[in-house]
Amino acid sequence: MRNPLSKKIVGIEPSGIRKFFDVVSEMPDAISLGVGEPDFDTPWRIREEGIYSLERGRTFYTSNAGLKDLKSEISKYLKRKIDVSYDADKEIIVTVGGSEGIDIAFRAMLDSGDEVLIPQPSYVSYLPCAVLADGRPVAIPLQEKNEFRLTRDELEAAITPKTKILVLPFPNNPTGAVMTREDLEPIAEVVKKHDIFVLSDEIYSELTYKDKHVSIASLPGMRERTLVINGFSKAFAMTGWRLGYVCAPKQIAEQMLKIHQYAILCAPTNSQYAAIEALRHCEDEVQKMRTAYNQRRRFLMHEFKRMQLDCFEPFGAFYVFPNIQEFGMSSEEFATRLLQEEKVAVVPGSAFGESGEGFIRVSYAYSLEDLKEAIGRLGRFVDRMRNR
Amino acid sequence: MKDIRRQILKYLETNSRADLGELSVLLGCEEAEIANEIADMEKAGIICGYHTLINWEKAGDDHVNALIEVRVTPQREKGFEKTAERICNYPEVNAVYLISGAYDLLVTLEGKTLLEVSRFVSEKLSSIDAVISTTTHFILKRYKDHGTVLMKKSKPERMAVTP
Repeated sequence: MRNPLSKKIVGIEPSGIRKFFDVVSEMPDAISLGVGEPDFDTPWRIREEGIYSLERGRTFYTSNAGLKDLKSEISKYLKRKIDVSYDADKEIIVTVGGSEGIDIAFRAMLDSGDEVLIPQPSYVSYLPCAVLADGRPVAIPLQEKNEFRLTRDELEAAITPKTKILVLPFPNNPTGAVMTREDLEPIAEVVKKHDIFVLSDEIYSELTYKDKHVSIASLPGMRERTLVINGFSKAFAMTGWRLGYVCAPKQIAEQMLKIHQYAILCAPTNSQYAAIEALRHCEDEVQKMRTAYNQRRRFLMHEFKRMQLDCFEPFGAFYVFPNIQEFGMSSEEFATRLLQEEKVAVVPGSAFGESGEGFIRVSYAYSLEDLKEAIGRLGRFVDRMRNR
Repeated sequence: MKDIRRQILKYLETNSRADLGELSVLLGCEEAEIANEIADMEKAGIICGYHTLINWEKAGDDHVNALIEVRVTPQREKGFEKTAERICNYPEVNAVYLISGAYDLLVTLEGKTLLEVSRFVSEKLSSIDAVISTTTHFILKRYKDHGTVLMKKSKPERMAVTP
């Protein structure tokens, strides 16, 4: 039989997280700090709106780019939150999660050999999606000493004549790093100078704990060369609804819409109706969740300090990213032993790129009770490793 | 309201065993500051007490809760206040609210048996001069109380590790 597979897909590694998941799922009494989704249920009023849309029989396709009302709410929301105006009819596409936005953006913009700059550690999808779109992913290893922010020099050093897109994943999964306006300004200068585009993945934009999120699209001259990706998963605890959106200048959005149209047709209809409610009436609910995350974040930072575990203070998403280099093992080994010996699951930093080696990702999308139990176990483990 | 006060109150609302150390970590401020805020709020009557939510059924004692709608003739100058005050004096009365709508006062009551509660209503409540009528509702089951769901929780269905 002929080889049924494409070389391109065979060459792509399965996600390192997946491997770890298989081990954890065989341990029923493990406490996991390995989850990348909110522990809150979707606020009830959003769920009810989803149920209501089903009761009303709203079970048909929507137009490709999404419901008009939803797009118009997204447009208003972005104006309010990041002060960027998008034409609801021509510049917003409602997608199946933020992930689809990443995929169609690359496919709409890359020709064979175009380079995509991917700061790492970062979310696991950028690299394979770039490869699938015939692009050439180029990792930019971020540094702990810069609190995992991208600097002007790092960016300059990575740019070649083939560079087309810079991925900007802040607030960041897995590090929790954020970039302020002051951090973004020099990046924007470099981007404009070299005439490249930015894919700004802002899925965690609602979850910042010091300053409000700033989008690079709001900086002078950046709107026309930036694609903003966002969605409902993290802000409104709606991961399973699979709903996100991508905003881009009309010229790019038109082409992305073709891919979305032929590959997906439209995002789930009842999720779209529910999402309208999320944008209209859930500011308070989001604030409540943000406050809870922030308390847990402070709790973890305090506990790490007490056990003298080296960790920069992150101000975004719901992750902390402690440094475990003092233990002289790889992050995968650390995570595996922690799981076997104390039954606590964390994700090895190396799953998010080589520069994540020496770190572990600890999620605080858990109740304070769970965190306390897990931290107790982690503390025991750390003590034991130090006294080996 | 100051954000720190709001966060302290939210914490105490579901966890009256205030742990200053923990609160100071969660809120990112000094213990002394929190202690001062709490003391001020106690003095100002914002914090009115520290209670425990008890599932008496599980504790095994006989226990009956009732809601009583009371219609009252308001009194000159005092309105409903005087009657409410009289009702409040009974230790078995949990709460007394002035209500808009078809009746005036809502009284929540705690007793050992149905008989005890009925007796209280007929002998004590109804006999107050200003009380015109009462309607008693017995609570059959508590599903949620003070923001806490008392039903059995279903197991979380999140996967253990996700990107």
